[in-house]
Amino acid sequence: MPLYLIIEKSVLVLFLFAVTMGVAAYSTWAERKIAAFLQDRLGPNRAGVFGLLQPLADGVKMFMKEEFIPSNAEKLLFIAGPGLFMFTALMTGAVIPWGPNLQIADLNIGILYVLGFVSVGVYGIMIGGWASNNKYSLFGAIRASSQMISYELAMGLVVIAIIMLTGSLDLKAIAEQQKGFNWNIIYQPFGFLIYCITALAECNRAPFDLPECETELIGGFHTEYSSMKLGFYLFAEYINMFISAAVIATLYLGGYNMPGLDYSAMNPIVGNAIAFVVLFTKTLLGVFVFIWVRWTLPRFRYDQLMHLGWKILIPLAILNMLLTGAGVLIFG
Amino acid sequence: MQKLTNRSKVVSQKDMSFLEKAYVPAILSGMGITLKHFFKKKSTVAYPEQERSFSPVYRGRHVLKRDDKGAERCTACGLCAVACPAEAITMTAAERQKGEESLYREEKYAAVYEINMLRCIFCGLCEEACPKEAIFLTPNITPAYYDRQDFVYGKDMLVEGIAPEDRVDVSKRQFWRDNLESTQKNP
Repeated sequence: MPLYLIIEKSVLVLFLFAVTMGVAAYSTWAERKIAAFLQDRLGPNRAGVFGLLQPLADGVKMFMKEEFIPSNAEKLLFIAGPGLFMFTALMTGAVIPWGPNLQIADLNIGILYVLGFVSVGVYGIMIGGWASNNKYSLFGAIRASSQMISYELAMGLVVIAIIMLTGSLDLKAIAEQQKGFNWNIIYQPFGFLIYCITALAECNRAPFDLPECETELIGGFHTEYSSMKLGFYLFAEYINMFISAAVIATLYLGGYNMPGLDYSAMNPIVGNAIAFVVLFTKTLLGVFVFIWVRWTLPRFRYDQLMHLGWKILIPLAILNMLLTGAGVLIFG
Repeated sequence: MQKLTNRSKVVSQKDMSFLEKAYVPAILSGMGITLKHFFKKKSTVAYPEQERSFSPVYRGRHVLKRDDKGAERCTACGLCAVACPAEAITMTAAERQKGEESLYREEKYAAVYEINMLRCIFCGLCEEACPKEAIFLTPNITPAYYDRQDFVYGKDMLVEGIAPEDRVDVSKRQFWRDNLESTQKNP
């Protein structure tokens, strides 16, 4: 591997890592601010202008808290859980094309890689919940894993429709094909809706936040966690949210494309910068919708969640896949 | 049958239509409602910077008034303590000595006068009971303390200063008190 490629990729990795961390930190601020605004309140406004230093204050608070490990917990796994969750959350971002040449790894099975890492993500929750040796945590972990399995099926089936349309598993190729206003959402409105619902479930966001469920399970899988280990769990969840909004934008909302923008005609640096800004804006809008949904809808009951996943979303996803297949066969 | 309230509503149990079962329109309209609140004017009052104005006859912490010459009006008759429904007031009376005429208006005065602000319910009955117009409630609020003992206000906290700028204006409260009868008859 030539040296310049290593340097280029390292810079890109560091940059995207910093961006992801920054966005995740400010998502916590945005979450509280948007929640407050939706409820006619002002939200955090004491730390800095508009409370913009709040994430810093929260971080400091997390570090200063007592690092507590229950005496009956499985120590190694208890410590490994948050790390694994964080690791998988960060790994997913590697294949997202942020611009024509802004991609850490141009895998030809990019979307499979995303689905794979998202499903590994549940191990972080399961290990943490099981190692805590607490019935509420275990409940949270069980709920998380069964919810992930149920909703990953529908998610995968919906993605198959996209793959049939584009003929590629490569996220870059999928993004390239949506040039101009040839966005996948036009061909796959139902797929988009189902994908968004399953993405909410995969991120453990309300109305599918049953693994956490502060009212029923007192925090679910992270009941026993404190200090920065808890911080890792909460933080990784926001990273998941950011990445999955980016994946939604790439799959359905045109990726880095915008009508009227032709990157091949531009200076590569300017083109990539504009492309990054376009996809970043779309992603932030997605994150806003995630937060907006959380503060609008109440939580599902567990049987309703399973009913929705298995009896409604999966049949709809299969139907969507069949119709797409027929459409590709007839028109394609 | 006669309706018990005009807000009663007929409940229907008809099956939901397909659109209602899909829930998506309902969810979208719900999200519309929350988005409307996003742009609404917030009702928060950012307290330390902004304060809501109090009523001029607000019943806050008490003041023990002095007369025009600066002598304490209180004569330790104990009527306020008797009137107090929360039993927050205690006092010890003492006799005025020669040479203290400028300090105390009457021959008897309160050597100790304490109000426990944790017990006080700020009803203003002490004010109504006082025959000497010595005690009044003011629009000042009692701050929070860490110790219970700090809430027991002695004379050092209650009696107003002698200097003109230290006097507490209770004219509005006094007017309200003097017209209590008429205000209660036609509020």
